[in-house]
Amino acid sequence: MSPSAVPRPDDAQAPLIAASDLHTWFELRQWGFLRLGAVRAVDGVDFTLAHGEAVAFVGESGCGKSSLARTLLGLHRPTRGEVRFAGRSLGELKGRALKAYRAEVGYVQQDPYGALPPFLDVRRLLAEPLIVHGVRDRAERERRIRAALEEVRLSPAEEYLGKFPHMLSGGQQQRVVIARALILAPRLVIADEPVSMLDASVRVEILELLRHIQCERGLTLAFITHDLSTVRHYAERIFVMYAGRVVESAPVDDLLDHPQHPYTQALLAAIADPDAANATRLREVPAGEPPSLLHPPAACRFHPRCPHFMAGVCDRHDPPDFEPRRRHRSACWLHR
Amino acid sequence: MMGGRWGEGLRELRRYPSALMGLAIIAALVAISFYTVVAIPYSEALAQWRGGEVWQRNPVNAAPVWLDRLAGGGAPRTQVVTSAEAEVEESAFTGGRRLRIPLAFDYEAEQFPSELTLFLHARGHDQRPFVRLLWQTPDGREVPLGGYRIGAEERISLSQDRALERRLGGLVPHIGLLAEPGMTAERAAEAAPSVLPGRYTLLMDVLLFDEAARVDAELVLYGRVHGLAGTDHQRRDLSLALLWGTPVALAFGLLAAVGTTVTTLVIAAVGVWYRGWVDATIQRLTEVNMILPILPILVMVGTLYSTSIWLMLGVVVVLGIFSASIKMYRAMLLPIREAPYIEAARAYGASNARIVLRYLIPRILPVLIPTFVTLIPTFVFLEASLAVLGLGDPLLPTWGKVLNDAQSQSALYNGYYYWVVSPAVLLMLTGLGFAMLGFALDRVFNPRLRSL
Ligand SMILES: Nc1ncnc2c1ncn2[C@@H]1O[C@H](COP(=O)(O)OP(=O)(O)OP(=O)(O)O)[C@@H](O)[C@H]1O
Ligand code: SF4
Ligand SMILES: [Mg+2]
Repeated sequence: MSPSAVPRPDDAQAPLIAASDLHTWFELRQWGFLRLGAVRAVDGVDFTLAHGEAVAFVGESGCGKSSLARTLLGLHRPTRGEVRFAGRSLGELKGRALKAYRAEVGYVQQDPYGALPPFLDVRRLLAEPLIVHGVRDRAERERRIRAALEEVRLSPAEEYLGKFPHMLSGGQQQRVVIARALILAPRLVIADEPVSMLDASVRVEILELLRHIQCERGLTLAFITHDLSTVRHYAERIFVMYAGRVVESAPVDDLLDHPQHPYTQALLAAIADPDAANATRLREVPAGEPPSLLHPPAACRFHPRCPHFMAGVCDRHDPPDFEPRRRHRSACWLHR
Repeated sequence: MMGGRWGEGLRELRRYPSALMGLAIIAALVAISFYTVVAIPYSEALAQWRGGEVWQRNPVNAAPVWLDRLAGGGAPRTQVVTSAEAEVEESAFTGGRRLRIPLAFDYEAEQFPSELTLFLHARGHDQRPFVRLLWQTPDGREVPLGGYRIGAEERISLSQDRALERRLGGLVPHIGLLAEPGMTAERAAEAAPSVLPGRYTLLMDVLLFDEAARVDAELVLYGRVHGLAGTDHQRRDLSLALLWGTPVALAFGLLAAVGTTVTTLVIAAVGVWYRGWVDATIQRLTEVNMILPILPILVMVGTLYSTSIWLMLGVVVVLGIFSASIKMYRAMLLPIREAPYIEAARAYGASNARIVLRYLIPRILPVLIPTFVTLIPTFVFLEASLAVLGLGDPLLPTWGKVLNDAQSQSALYNGYYYWVVSPAVLLMLTGLGFAMLGFALDRVFNPRLRSL
C-alpha cells in the first residue's frame, strides 16, 4: 500500500490540533557559539488530534516525548514544521493571542512534587493562572478555584485551600496539578507521564479521574505514558515514538492486538515476558542500545536493533507511513 | 518554605535564647530610635550638634555621672547660681543706682569644679554698667576679683584670669578660690589641695547709670560629670549624638541592606531567567565590581564630592548591586529555574516579570533572611568607619562622628575613656543583636546547619 493512497480517517473529523513535519532540535554549543551538533528530540512528526479524543504517546525514555509535549504547548519553538491549533499556526501567535492559546491548553506534569510552587498554598497557586489571565474579581476566582477542586475530587474544598503542597500526599498533589491545568477551561490537556511518579495504588485513580473529566468536558487529552498495560482503558489511539519520530499509530485495541512495527512488537514482547509482566512500568526495552539523538541512525532509526533489518533498504531510505491495516499506520519497509 | 513556614519559623525562634537576646537588643535600639526622633526633632538635633550657645552651661570633657558613681562619687555636677534667687540690696546715688547682689551657694563636693564663669546680661542702659566682684569664703576670707565695665552679654571667665591665679599662689582660680586656706601651687605639688566645704558668696557690686538699666547674673561652677554620656571638647552633650546615632545607624544599615539585597536579588534572578547575553553581562559586571575596593571608592567620593550620609548610602547601594552575592544568588536560582512549577507557569502564560518576581525570588527568600539580618550591622560599621576616617555626614550626629572627635582630641591619651567606649559599645551591641538574631534565623530557615 502506498502511504497516501487511503484518505486519512481523522481528517474527516474536525481537527483540534495538528502537527505537520514537526522538528524540535536542541543546538548544542560550546562556549556559547561553537556548534557541536543538534539533539534531534522531535524529528519529523505528523499527526492530527480530533476534538474530544484521548490519545497516548508511548516510547522508551529519551525518545522525545516530553520535547514533543513542550513543543505542542508552545514552550519550545519548533526548528521546522508547525503546530496548528483550531486552524491557526502556533508560530504566528504573538502577545495576546499566544496568551489566549495558553489558556486553551492545560499541562499536567510528570512530577507533582516539583510541579507545585512550594511557597504557595493551594488557593494561591490555583489563583495564579486566573490572575495571569485577568480574572480580577476575587469572589469569581474563589468560585472557580473551589469548582476546580471539587472537579478533581478534592472535597470539601475548604480542607485543601489553605494547605501547602508539602502537606498533601502525592496523589492529592497531582489532583491539584490537574485542577490547575483545568482551571482556565482548556480544550486540550497534555499530560506528561501523569502517574509515573505516584504509588501504584493511586495511579488508576488519577487515570480514571483524567478520563472522567475528559469525557465530561469533551476535552482532547494527549497523555504520555510508559505503561502499555493500562493504556487500553484510557486512550482511543496510541502513537508509538522512537528516536524523535512516530513509528506506529493506531486505535488502541488494534495496535495492542496486532502490532505492525518491529519496534512495537519488541515493546509488547517485553511486556509479555513473564519477568517484566508484573512490573507495571516498562523496564525491559528491546535489545540493543537506545539510539543517539545527536547522531541518529540513518534512514530507519530502528535498523541497528531491528530483527528484520534489510540491508540496503532500511539503512538507505526513510520508511514512509504505510497503512497495513485500517486506520493503522506504521513506518516500516516490511509493509511495502 | 513561606506562608505557613514563616509562622512556624518564627515560633521556632523562641527556642533560641540567643535569638531572644538579639531581638531584645534590636527592640531596645528601635525603641531608642523612636524616642529620639520624637523627643529631639531632626532639625533641632542638627542645630544643637552644630554647637555654640546652647551648650554654654555644660562643662568641657565631663565624664558621665554614672561613671563617677561607680568610682565612688565626689565629682561635682555643674552648679548654677543666679541673681534671680539672690537677695538684692538697692541704693541710689547721684547719677545712678547701686545693686549689691550676693551670689551665695553651698559647695560640698570633694573635688573642685572644672571651670568658673560668670555670665552677665545687661539691658536697658545707654551707659555701660560697672561691676565689682568680691569672693567670700566660708572661713571669712575675702578675695577681690576686680571690676569690669560690662556690655549686653558679658562672659567673665574667672578660671582664665591670670592675675588672679598669681594672687592665689599659682593655683588656677577654680581651685584656688575653693581650696583650704594657705594652699599654693608649690604645696599642691606635694599634697593635692582639698576643698574647703561650706557657704561661698560671690558678692557683686553693680553700678547702673540709667533708670531702666537692669543686670542679671549667673555664676556657673562647671562640674566634672555631666548627664548620662558626658560631654565633648565643645561642651556638647554626647547623649545627643549617641541617641541620634541610633536611628541614623539603624536607618543606614537597614536601607543599605534592603537596597543592596533587593537590587542584587532581582538582577541575579533576571540574569538567571533570561540567560544568554543578559546573564553574561551581569556576570562580567559582577566580576569587575568584585575587584573594586568599596572603602577607597567611598573615601574618594567623600573627599572629592560630599560626605552626606545619603550620598554614601547611594554609593554603597550602587556598588552593592553587582556585589559578589550575585554569584551566590545565581547558584541558588539556577536549579529553581528548571523547576517544573516554573515550566507550568510558562505553560499557563505567566509573564517573565511575574516568573522572576513571584516564582524565582520568593523561593530563596527564606535562605536570605538570615544573611540579610547579619548584613545590616556590616553597613552600620561601614558608616561608622567612614565617620572615623573623617568622612562622616557633615551635619548629622552619629556614633562614628563621636569616635572621630574622640580620636582627634586624643581622648584615650587624655583619659576620656567614656568618649570612645560609649559609641563603641553601642556599635558592638548593634552588631551583636543582629548577629545573634541572624544566626538563630539561619538555624531555623536553613535546617541543614542545625547539626553544626
Ligand atoms: N532543553 C533541552 N536542551 C537540550 N537537550 C534537551 C532539552 N530537552 C530535552 N533534551 C534532550 O532531548 C532528548 C529527548 O528528551 P525528552 O525529555 O523529550 O525525552 P522523553 O521521551 O520525555 O524521555 P523520558 O521518558 O525520560 O521523559 C533527550 O536526549 C534530552 O537530553
Ligand atoms: S524499516 Fe527495516 S529496520 Fe526499520 S523497522 Fe522496518 S524492517 Fe526494521
Ligand atoms: Mg519525559
